[in-house]
Parts: sequence; structure tokens; C-alpha cells
Amino acid sequence: MTGIFLQAFVYLLAAVLAVPLAKRLGLGSVLGYLVAGVAIGPLLGLVGQETQSIQHFAEFGVVLMLFLVGLELDAKQLWQMRQRLLGLGGLQVLLTTGAVAGLALILNQPWQVALALGMIFAMSSTAIVLQSFNEKGLAKTEGGRGGFSVLLFQDIAVIPILAILPLLALGAPQVDAGHEDMSLVAGLPGWANALVVLGAIAAVVFGGRFLTRPLFGYVARSGLREVFTAAALMMVIGIAALMSLVGLSPALGTFLAGVVLASSEFRHELESTIEPFKGLLLGLFFITVGAGIDFEMLLSQFALVLGLALGVMVIKALVLLLLAKIFRLSGSDKWLFALSLAQAGEFGFVLLGYSQQQGIFGSELGGLLSMVVALSMFLTPGLFILYERVILPRVTRSTNEREADTIDEQGPVIIAGIGRFGQIVNRLLRANGVKTVVLDREYAQVERLREIEMKSFFGDVSNPELLHTAGIESAKMLVVAIDDVEGATALVRHVRQHYPQVAILARAFDRGHFYALTEAGADWVVSESFYSALNMGGEALIRLGMHPFAAEQRKTAMVEREKAHASELYEAWLEVRDNLDRRERYLKLFIKLEAALKEDMGKDRMDGHSRSLSGWTPPPKGYDKELASQEESMRPQAVKE
Amino acid sequence: MSSVLLLFAHPSQHKSEVCMPMYRVAQSVPGVTCVDLYADYPTFNIDIATEQQRLSAHQRIIWLFPLYWYSTPAILKEWQDLVLEYGFAYGQGGTALHGKSLLCALSAGGSESSYCAEGYNHFGLRQLLSPIEQTASLIGMDYLPPFALFGARSAVEEGRLEPHLKRWQAVLEALVAGEIPDTGCGEGAPKKRETLS
Repeated sequence: MTGIFLQAFVYLLAAVLAVPLAKRLGLGSVLGYLVAGVAIGPLLGLVGQETQSIQHFAEFGVVLMLFLVGLELDAKQLWQMRQRLLGLGGLQVLLTTGAVAGLALILNQPWQVALALGMIFAMSSTAIVLQSFNEKGLAKTEGGRGGFSVLLFQDIAVIPILAILPLLALGAPQVDAGHEDMSLVAGLPGWANALVVLGAIAAVVFGGRFLTRPLFGYVARSGLREVFTAAALMMVIGIAALMSLVGLSPALGTFLAGVVLASSEFRHELESTIEPFKGLLLGLFFITVGAGIDFEMLLSQFALVLGLALGVMVIKALVLLLLAKIFRLSGSDKWLFALSLAQAGEFGFVLLGYSQQQGIFGSELGGLLSMVVALSMFLTPGLFILYERVILPRVTRSTNEREADTIDEQGPVIIAGIGRFGQIVNRLLRANGVKTVVLDREYAQVERLREIEMKSFFGDVSNPELLHTAGIESAKMLVVAIDDVEGATALVRHVRQHYPQVAILARAFDRGHFYALTEAGADWVVSESFYSALNMGGEALIRLGMHPFAAEQRKTAMVEREKAHASELYEAWLEVRDNLDRRERYLKLFIKLEAALKEDMGKDRMDGHSRSLSGWTPPPKGYDKELASQEESMRPQAVKE
Repeated sequence: MSSVLLLFAHPSQHKSEVCMPMYRVAQSVPGVTCVDLYADYPTFNIDIATEQQRLSAHQRIIWLFPLYWYSTPAILKEWQDLVLEYGFAYGQGGTALHGKSLLCALSAGGSESSYCAEGYNHFGLRQLLSPIEQTASLIGMDYLPPFALFGARSAVEEGRLEPHLKRWQAVLEALVAGEIPDTGCGEGAPKKRETLS
């Protein structure tokens, strides 16, 4: 027990010390974890042989990550990716396998070994690449999307590769001491095997679609957060177990489950629940990669390992560049795609171990090659830095020097996020002579804007340093229009705390986010879809035969209603957020709002006091007789005067 | 409580040479509540309840506007159509405005001489504004003779704006003090002054 505590403490301490430092130096968290691993393993010798077993455990972080990635993608988006997935991904695996195998043949390896090596090195590191993409906000760039397609295809390709490897065995398979895998498909004939596999996939899809809702609903109603956490982990672990049983990649299975759940109402809850586990486990995984580096071997064969690692990376990068050309990735995207995927990956470790078990090559070569894989992973953060610091500025067509954090224009209005939403705000302001500073962490967007001669800057808005450079101290206003829901709230809170003089206008994703932004201190919040939806509703009324002016009034009445109940709903939301069991109250309030709205729609001002509807109510019938009689009664008095 | 409510209606204030300075003067006079209708209701979505409360809270109402086609700018007409409701301003129980007074303060492009039977405007200003006068009568308000600046487009160049603003300030202060503002003589029926200026 004490030992476990000590070890856990060492791992966590290393991470806590190294990662913030790496992040501050702009090296990214992955490199921080890797260095932390090297420090506690080979350098200080604080941890030793157990890294192997910890690594198996930590690989679950990759599984969780793919689940989260799946949550971001619904089935439709996945279907739209199919060409890229098969084209880019398939070609990458085939060409890289061929190229690496060719190199191995030149180095006098038998063809079976060469082919095995080709397949092993065709894999890239899903963990490092996706983590870096997310951290640097590159996931939605063209290059990032291409990279993701390739990684996903590789995860799928592992399955046939595991089937092919045994066929390449030269000698008798070594006795595999560590082989204790249970399997549902061992010893089944091919067709039955396929049926079981398909059945498992079907189980994940249908289970995700039809069973999760009652399950999570049941758990959520209990109002206990930890049970929800348990349920989420249970689901992911269960799927991983099922996939392992039928010989599929657990990461792939959970990815699929994520895609199925992408449209469910529990999506955000699941995301925020799983996120911390993913982060820690991935971090642990990177640490074990660092700790697993065999320094003695590395030093004795340093030149060879480095040479091989660099050779593999160059080959992979060249293949990727070729693919980028074929698939018309241009400019910075091309380089991002090529550099980010040039390393060997964690599946490489798995396949190496498996190949050794199958007796394709000996443990000496295996050990050497796992050093090569580890080293190439170690070098990857460097490539990301190369991309950010060297390639991006060069590729940028604009003549002025572009750095992720130099802003040469300070304006009274800072616009964070220049996607579909921020762009319109920006255009309106600029057209009226307002100077704006535009920030976005998605480089492709910034690049596009620069092409149309609009000044915009690349960088992560949540970074206080960047806000400072953008001139937040002297800014009058900050417009928050970034996609990242939590990020937007955090940004508003940060600016409200440190720069109270800045007016903050923020865009909300939905009602909950609206309240969260309000609470964080935004001066004015607009729901991103409210007004467009309202206009569409009005258009629908008109097309159903309502008079356009009447429809306009109905729209106005709806906004007024919303306003009238805003503070009440906000208070309720605050309560709900603090205790899940208040959800009932919030729902009741919402139903009340709907009822009030309905009532308003049928009411004239005369009957009750709804405003803005039927303000043009004619006076009651016969009112003129009344007025005339009043006039009559006035007259005699006038005569008396 | 301030006793004077000024409703200002001007849809293009950045081009205004007379009304806008008048509005600024009004803002500086204590006891005058100034409302910029086009600012409060840029989409013409007038809040009836709010406006009726404002009317109830003040004793003297001023409309400040440039004369558009012998009438008020659109928002002030919208305001009349919505706020002066049956049951509030007239008819059964509509006595909210009884005994209050109404003053139109306006700028007109045409010269004073054009506003008569012989001039190209053919009618006097008071006569042209008779719908407002009759409205005031029906809702039980005292209608004060309009306070107007004629030839408003050349007033600045001809040095007529400054004296006009001084008179305007005097009118406002008189209204705040509860007096009938300084009267000018005019044509028309006896006791019916044409304008205040």
C-alpha cells in the first residue's frame, strides 16, 4: 500500500512540476509529461519496471480520448468524412508501410520482418497528436481534420494488421508468458468470428442509442454526481471490455459509442465527467513513455536509434506531404498534416510486442525499435513547435511579421473568435470606422481573413498574455464569440475580474450558457440562435397566412415575455446548478413561461395588460355617442359663462 | 419630482442644427425629464405602459420635433396611436391627462411668411397643427400655442439660433416654475395665439 502511495506521489509530483513549466515555455503539455517521465525514470531511477503495467493501464486514456472525440462528431459528420478517412487514411497506411518496408529491405532485413516493420511504423500517436491539436486549437483546421481522419483509419487498420502479423512469423512463436487475454472469438471459424464482431458493434450502436437514455436519466434523477460519473465510466469501460473480447480496438469501440451519443442530451455532462479522467490518464501515459526509455541502451546505440527515428520520421513526413498534395491541402495545413503525424505511435508499441510474441524478430531488435518509437514520440512536440514558430510565419502571405503573440494594432474593441458569428460583428463595426483587434485560435480562419485584407491575429484567447498584447487594458470593449462554451465563460470571468472597465458582449450557445455568461459578468449576452430562430418562426407564421405585421408583433411579444421572466428563470437556474434536484422547479418555471406566452398571444390590451400586442385596438363600439353626450353636457355651462 | 416631460423625436440627430441644440438645452434645465423617443424605441416598439406612467407622473408635456410634412416625425405619431388609449386618455375612465398641458416645440424649414393663406404653405402653422390641437382637446389637455423656429435650415448662418435657444430656455424654466410661458401675439381667433415666439 505504502509503495503504491509513494509511486503515485512521484508520478503526480513530476507532472505537477514539469507540465506547467513546459506550458509556460510554450512547449505544450505533452512534452512536459514526457520530460517528467524521463526525469523520474531513467534519470533519477525513482520508478522502474512497473512502468510497463502502468502503461497498459494508462492506455485507457487514449480510449477515453477517442470517446470524447466521438462525442464531438455525430454520425452525419462522420459520414461526410468518409472520403478523407478512406482516401487519406488508407493511402497513408499503405504508402508508409511500403516505404518503411523498402528501407528495411535495403538494410538487409528479410521481407517478412520488413513488412512487419512497415506496418508498425505506419501507425502514428493518436494520443500525442490529438492532445496537441486540442491544446493548440488546431483540431478544426483542414490540416487537423486530415490528421484526424488518418489517425482514425489507423485505429481501424490495427485490426487487420493484428491478423496479418502471425502469418509473417519466421520461427516458432515464443511462449508468451503475459498472454492472458480472454476472447469470445478464439477458435471460432471465420464467418462466426465476423458475425460476433458485427454483433458487438451493433450492440454498441443500439445500446448507445436506446439504453443510455433511460440509464443516464435514471442516474441523473438521483441527483448524485458521483453516480453519474460511475455510470459514464461504467459505460466506457464496458464497451472497451466488449471490444477487447471480440478482438477489436477498445478505442475504436468507444469512439463509435461517442459518435452515437453525440446527439444525446447527456453529451455535455458526459464530456465534463470524462474529461478529467482522460487528461490524467493521458498524462500518465506520456509519463510512462518517457520513463520507459532505456537510457543505457539509448546511449550505447544513440546514433543508430536517433538515425532510425529521424529516418522513419522523414519517410513518414514525405509520404504525408505527397498525400497533402494529392488531397489539395495547401499552405499551413499541408505542413501541419505532415509534421504532426510523422512520429510512430502507441499502437507501434503494441504491435512490436505482438510481433515479438509471434517470433517475427527477437527481443533485441524489438527493444531497439521500441526506443525508436519512443524517441519519435518524444520529438513530436518539437515538430509542433517548429510548425508554430517557423512554418506558420513563413507560410503566411502577409508581409508583416506574424507571431502567435505579437499584435501590432491596438483598437478600442477586441473581438475574440472570428467564425461565422464574430465575423458579422466585426464587419459591421469596421464598416462604421471602429478599429477592431480580431483574435482567433484557428489559424485557417485568420489566414482566410488576411486574404481579404482584414487584420486578424492568431493566438489562444484564453491566454492572459495574448489579451494583454491585444491591449485589453486600453480597450473599451470585448466581444466574445468563441465556439468553446466553457472557454467563453472563463474568458468573461477573467476579464470581468481583472479589467472591470471593459464592456463585455458575449454570445451564448444555449440558455444554460446564457445564464453562465451572465453570472460570469458579461454586460450583454445574446443567444446565438435566438433571433434567427425567431425570424424563422415569424416567417412560418406569415406563410401560414398570418398578416406580416401581426406576425412581427407576435415575435415582439415573445421577446417581451422572455424578458419579463428572465430574472425568475435565472434565479431558478442558479439553484438548479447548485442542486440537481431543483431541476423540477426550473422545468415548472419554463412551462409557466410557455403558458404565459400562449395566453399573451390571444389577448388584447383592453382585456388584460399584455403590452406590445394589439396596441392599435379600436375604441369600443358606440364610444362616439358617449363623446357626443359629454360635449352636450359641457355646452350649457359655456352659455352660463 | 420634475413637472415637465419633454418627448424628443428626431430620426437623424447628427444632421440636426436646431432641434438637437434645443434638446441639449432642455437636458441642462433642472426639472425637465428628457426622453429621446428614437433612442428608446429604435424599432418603434413603443412600451405603452412605460409611456403612460411617464405621462401620469408629469404635469406639462412638451413634444420637441422638426416639422415633417406639416406634422410630427413618424415615431411621435406612433406614440400617439399607441399611448393615448381609450380608457387611459379618453372615453370611459380615460381621464389620466385631464388638466395637464401640451406644448409643441418645433423647427420648420419654411419662412414664417410662407405659413399663411398668401404664402406657398397656404395655411398658418397653428392651423396645420390642428389635429394635435384637437387631440389635446379630446383628451382634456390645455393646448399651448406652438413654440416654433421658422427658416430653420438657415438659422445658424443667419445667427438666429442663439437667441432662439435663450427664449427656449426661458420657456422651459417658466414651465418648470408652473407659469404660462411668455406669449407672442399671433393671427387667428382672439385668445388663440399663433405661436409662443
